[in-house]
Amino acid sequence: MDKRGTVSKVIGRIKKYSLLILLSILFAIFSVAVTLYIPILVGTAIDCIVSDGRVDFAALAPILLKIAGFTLISAAIQWIMGIINNRVTFRVVQDIRNEAFEKIEILPLKYLDSHPAGEIVSKIIADADQFADGLLLGFTQLFTGIMTILGTLAFMFSINAGITVAVVVLTPLSLFTARFIAKHTYYMFKKQSEVRGEQTAYIEEMLDNTKIVQAFSREEHVQEKFNEINEILQKYSLKALFYSSITNPSTRFINSTVYACVALFGAFAAVSGRITVGGLSCFLSYANQYTKPFNEISGVITELQNALVCASRIFELIETPSETENRADAAVISDVDGRVELKNVCFSYMPERKLIENFNLSVKPGQKIAIVGPTGCGKTTLINLLMRFYDVDSGEISVDGTDIRKITRSSLRKNYGMVLQETWLENGSIRDNIAMGKPDATDAEIVEAAKASHAHGFIMRMPHGYDTVISDSDTNLSQGERQLLCIARVMLCRPPMLILDEATSSIDTRTEMKIQDAFSQLMKGKTSFIVAHRLSTVRDADIILVMRSGNIVEQGNHAELLGKKGFYFKLYNSQFAK
Amino acid sequence: MKKLLKYIKFYRKESILSPIFKLLEASFELFVPLVVAAIIDKGIAGGDNDYIIRMSLLLVALAVIGLVCAITAQYYAAKASVGFVTGIRRDLFRHIQSLSFSDSDEMGTSTLITRMTSDVNQVQNGVNLTLRLLMRSPFVVFGAMIMAFTIDFKSALIFAAAIPLLLVVVFFIMLISIPLYKKVQQRLDGLLDMTRENLSGSRVIRAFCREREEISEFAQKNAEYVSTQSFVGRISALMNPLTYIIINFAVIAIIKVGAVRVDSGILTQGQVVALYNYMSQILVELIKLANLIINITKSVACGNRIQAIFDIKPSLTGGIGRDEEKTEIAVEFKNVSFYYKNSPEPSLKNISFTARRGETIGIIGGTGSGKSTLVNLIPRFYDATDGEVKVYGENVKNYTLEQIRKKVGIVPQKAVLFKGTIRENILWGDENAADSEIMQAIYAAQAKDIIEKKDSGLDAEVEQNGKNFSGGQRQRLTIARALVRKPDILILDDSSSALDFATDAALRQSIRTMDGSPTVFIVSQRASSIMNADKIIVLDNGEPVGIGTHGELLETCRVYKEIYDSQFKREGK
Repeated sequence: MDKRGTVSKVIGRIKKYSLLILLSILFAIFSVAVTLYIPILVGTAIDCIVSDGRVDFAALAPILLKIAGFTLISAAIQWIMGIINNRVTFRVVQDIRNEAFEKIEILPLKYLDSHPAGEIVSKIIADADQFADGLLLGFTQLFTGIMTILGTLAFMFSINAGITVAVVVLTPLSLFTARFIAKHTYYMFKKQSEVRGEQTAYIEEMLDNTKIVQAFSREEHVQEKFNEINEILQKYSLKALFYSSITNPSTRFINSTVYACVALFGAFAAVSGRITVGGLSCFLSYANQYTKPFNEISGVITELQNALVCASRIFELIETPSETENRADAAVISDVDGRVELKNVCFSYMPERKLIENFNLSVKPGQKIAIVGPTGCGKTTLINLLMRFYDVDSGEISVDGTDIRKITRSSLRKNYGMVLQETWLENGSIRDNIAMGKPDATDAEIVEAAKASHAHGFIMRMPHGYDTVISDSDTNLSQGERQLLCIARVMLCRPPMLILDEATSSIDTRTEMKIQDAFSQLMKGKTSFIVAHRLSTVRDADIILVMRSGNIVEQGNHAELLGKKGFYFKLYNSQFAK
Repeated sequence: MKKLLKYIKFYRKESILSPIFKLLEASFELFVPLVVAAIIDKGIAGGDNDYIIRMSLLLVALAVIGLVCAITAQYYAAKASVGFVTGIRRDLFRHIQSLSFSDSDEMGTSTLITRMTSDVNQVQNGVNLTLRLLMRSPFVVFGAMIMAFTIDFKSALIFAAAIPLLLVVVFFIMLISIPLYKKVQQRLDGLLDMTRENLSGSRVIRAFCREREEISEFAQKNAEYVSTQSFVGRISALMNPLTYIIINFAVIAIIKVGAVRVDSGILTQGQVVALYNYMSQILVELIKLANLIINITKSVACGNRIQAIFDIKPSLTGGIGRDEEKTEIAVEFKNVSFYYKNSPEPSLKNISFTARRGETIGIIGGTGSGKSTLVNLIPRFYDATDGEVKVYGENVKNYTLEQIRKKVGIVPQKAVLFKGTIRENILWGDENAADSEIMQAIYAAQAKDIIEKKDSGLDAEVEQNGKNFSGGQRQRLTIARALVRKPDILILDDSSSALDFATDAALRQSIRTMDGSPTVFIVSQRASSIMNADKIIVLDNGEPVGIGTHGELLETCRVYKEIYDSQFKREGK
C-alpha cells in the first residue's frame, strides 16, 4: 500500500473543511491548556488553606471563581469541538461513500464481474465506517493527546525540573511493557483466529448439509468433532484473552510506581521548601494525567493505520478506470429499425484465452437470432457485446449502420429490451419495478404489461396488489414469478430490439408457452436475440449461433445445422434420449 | 439472555473470585489518597524524611498487591467467560442439529452461522468485561464516597450530591443515544442493501439507464444516515463537558467547604487534597462505567439473539420406537398433502400410493412439481401436513428418528462430500463397514474408476464440499455412501443427472441385483431413468396426475406422454 499517497488523498478530501479543522485545532489547544491550568489553580487554592486559622479566604475566592469560569468555557469549547470533529469526519466519509457509489454505476462490467460483490460492499460500508472511526479518533484524541503531553511537561518543568525528569524517564516503561505483552499475545491471537476460522468452516459445512447429517444419523459424530475443535478454541481463547488482559494491570502498576516516586521526591522537595503542598498535589495529578495520553496515542496510531488501510481500499475502488466516456460526437438513437451488423469482431475476457475471433453476422430487421450451446460455454458473451457491457477488442458492431461506439451507451441500451436468467428486482413496490424502464407509465399500461406476461394473476394475490413492496432477496416470490415481473418490465417498454437470456428457464412449461406467445406478439417485426438451453424453443429462429467453450462454432438455421451433422446435431440429439 | 446464565454455573468459583479480586484491587487503590494525605500532613508538615520513605514504599506495596489481585481477577474472568461461551457454543450446535428443516429453513443458514460465531464472541467479550468491571466501577465510586465520609462527614455530603447528579447525566445521555445508535445502524444497513442491490443488478440498471436515479437515491439515503449520525454524535458529545463541569464544581465546593473547616481546625490540608483526589478517581471510573454499559447492552442483545435460537423447539421429534418388522408393503402414502411453512399453496396435494418390498418407484414431473418434497417425507425430513406416510405398515412418526433413517438410504440432489478421505466419506453410510463392503458399494455405484485413478485409493483426500471431484464423480461417491448402509429403502433424488445414459443404466442394473433387494425410489426428469420402474408417479404442481407403469401412462396420462414425447420424439426427422 502506498501510505503517503493515501494520506495525501485523504488530505485532499479533507481540505474542503480546512476552516473547521483549524478551528478544531485551536479549540483543542485551548481546552487542553485549561484542563492543565485547573490543577494549578486547585494547587494554589490548596496552598491558601494551610491549617487552622491560617486560611487566606480573600485569596481563595477569586481562585475558585476562576476555576468555575474556565470550567464552563472549556466545557462549551469541548462540546463545540466534538460537534466540529463529528461534522468533518461524517462529511468526509459521506463524500467518499457517494463517490464510491457513483463509481459502481460507471465501472466497467469487467471489473464488477471479476470482483465478488461482497468485497465491494465491504469497501463502501465496513471500510468507510472503519475509516470514519479512525479519523474521528485521530481528530479528537491525537491532537489533544499530544497537546496534553507537551503541556503537562511544560507545566511540570515550570513547577519542579527534578521531579519532572524522574517522570519523563519512568513513563516510557509502561509503553514498553504494553508493547512487550502485545507482541507475545499476538501469537495466541493468531492461533485463536485460525481455530475460529476452522470452526466457522466446520459449522458452515455441516449446517449447509444438515440433510445429509440427519439422513445418515451422524449428529453425534458431527457433535464430537465439533466439541474437539471447540475445546481447542477454548484453550487458545483463554490464553489470548488472559495474556492480553494483563496489559492494563501492568501499565497501571508502572503508573502507580511513577506516582509513588513523584510522591517521594515531591515530599522531599516540599520538606526542603522547594515546592509547596499545593504544587505537590498539582504534580501528583499531572503524573496521573501525563501517562494516560501515551497509552491513548499508541491506540490511536494503530487505529489511524487501520483507517488508512481501509481508506486505501476505498480509493482503490474509486480510482479504478471507469467505462470509456461516450464520445463527444456520440449519436443518440431512437426507434431503430433493428439492423445489427457484426464485422470481424474479436473479443476475449483474458488476452491469453482467445474467445471470439473474426466473427461476422448480419441481422436484418425483424430477424430472430438464437444462441445455443452447453452450459458454461459463454452464450452471454455476445449479449455483453451487443449491450456494450464490454467493448470489442477489434472489429465493430453496428446498429442501423452506426458503430455502437459512436452511440451513447444509454440510448443504445434503451433500444434493447433485456430479460436475464438471473432476475433482479429493486427494493420497492411491484408497480415501481415494472415501470423501471418507463417511470411515467400509466397504471393501465402497467396492468396491461403484467397481463401480457401472465404476472397479473399472482400480483393480485399479493397482500397489497401492485403496491406490495418487494426486494431482491424477497423469498415470498418464486423464481418463476420474479422472471414474470422482469418480463413485464420489458413488455411495458416495447423496445425495438429484444434480448432474452434464458428468460424462461425457471417458468413451468405451460406458462412458458403462454409467455412465448406474448413474446412473439411483442417481437413481431422486431430484431431479437435469444439465449436458450432448451433447443426446442429456438427451432424457428432465422439464425442459430452454436457456441462451444466460448467460440461460435456453427451458424445457420435449424435445418442447415442438422444437415451439417456437426456439434449442433450432437447437441440436439443429446437432449432427446435414445 | 437469562436462560443462558445457567452456563456460568460451571464456572461458579471463577465468576465469584474474579470480581472479589477486582474489588480487592480497587480497595487498595482507594487507600492511595489516604497515604498521600498522610505524607502531606505528617511527613511534610513534620519534616520527617523516614516517614515519607516508609509511606512511599507503602504506595509501591499497594501497587504490587493491586497488580497481583488484578492479574488473578483477569485470569478467573478469562477462564469463566471463555468456558461460558464454549458451553453455549457446544449446546447451540447440538440444538441447531436437532432442528427440523422447516425450522432452519425459516432462520436461514447464514443467520445460524452468525449467531454461532460473531454473536457468541460478543457475548464472551461482554461476560469478561462484566466480571472484571461491573462490580469494580460502582465500588470505586461508592468506595470513594465512603472514604470521603470517613474523612469528614460534612465535606462528603458534596460527594453524595455530585455522584447521583453524575449518574443521572451519564445514564440520561446513554438512554437517549443507545436507541438512536440502533437507528444509525439501520440506516447503514439500508446503505448496505442498496449497494448490494446495485452490484447484483448492474446489468439491469444499465440496460434501463437508471444510473442517475440510483446515485441520487443513494446520496439521499447517505445524507439521512449522516444526519442521524450527527444528531447522536451531538448528544453523546455532551457527556464529557457535562461530567467535567459537575466534577470541577464539586471540587470548588470541596475546597470552599474544606477551607472553612481547615480554618476552624476540623480538617487538615492533606485531607482536603485527599478529598480532591477521590473526586478525580470518581470521574475516571464513571467514564469506564459508561463504556462498560454500552458494551454490556450490545452483549445482551447478542445473548438474546442466541437465546432465540435455543427457544425454537424442534418441531419434529422422534416417536417412541417400533419393533422392526418387514411387511409386504414397504411404503404407503395415504391422502398425503404438504405445505411448506407460511406457504398458502400446498406443495403436495392428496397423494396416495403403495410400494411393495423390492419394487422400483419412479417419480417424474417438471421443476417445482413436488418430486423431491415427496421423497423427503419418507425419512421424515418434513412431516406431512395432512394424511399419513407409512413405512412397513407403521406411521413414520411412530419410529424413532434413528430407526427410520437407518432404514432409508438417500442420495440427495446436491452431491456433497465432506472434508476428509474417500473412506471417511463412505463410512458416513455405515461406520462399521469393512473395506470389502466399501468397495462393493463403490462398484455398485459405478465409481470404481475414481478410486483406481487415485494413488492413495480409498485414502485419497477430499476437500471441503468435494471441490476436487467433478460433479459426476461426486454423484457416484454419494451414491456409494448410501449403498454401503444396505438400506431397506433407497431414494435417488435426481442424483444421476450428471451421469451419461450408459452409466445411469448400469447403476440401476446393479442396484436391482443388490443384496436384500431394497425398495427403490428414483426421482428424475429423464423418462429413460424411470420408464422401467414397477410404478411411475407423475406429478404436476404437487398433484399426482398419473400413477401406473410406463405402458399404462402412455395411454392414459397426457402430462407423461408430453414429457416422454419431448424427450424421445424428434421433430424434423
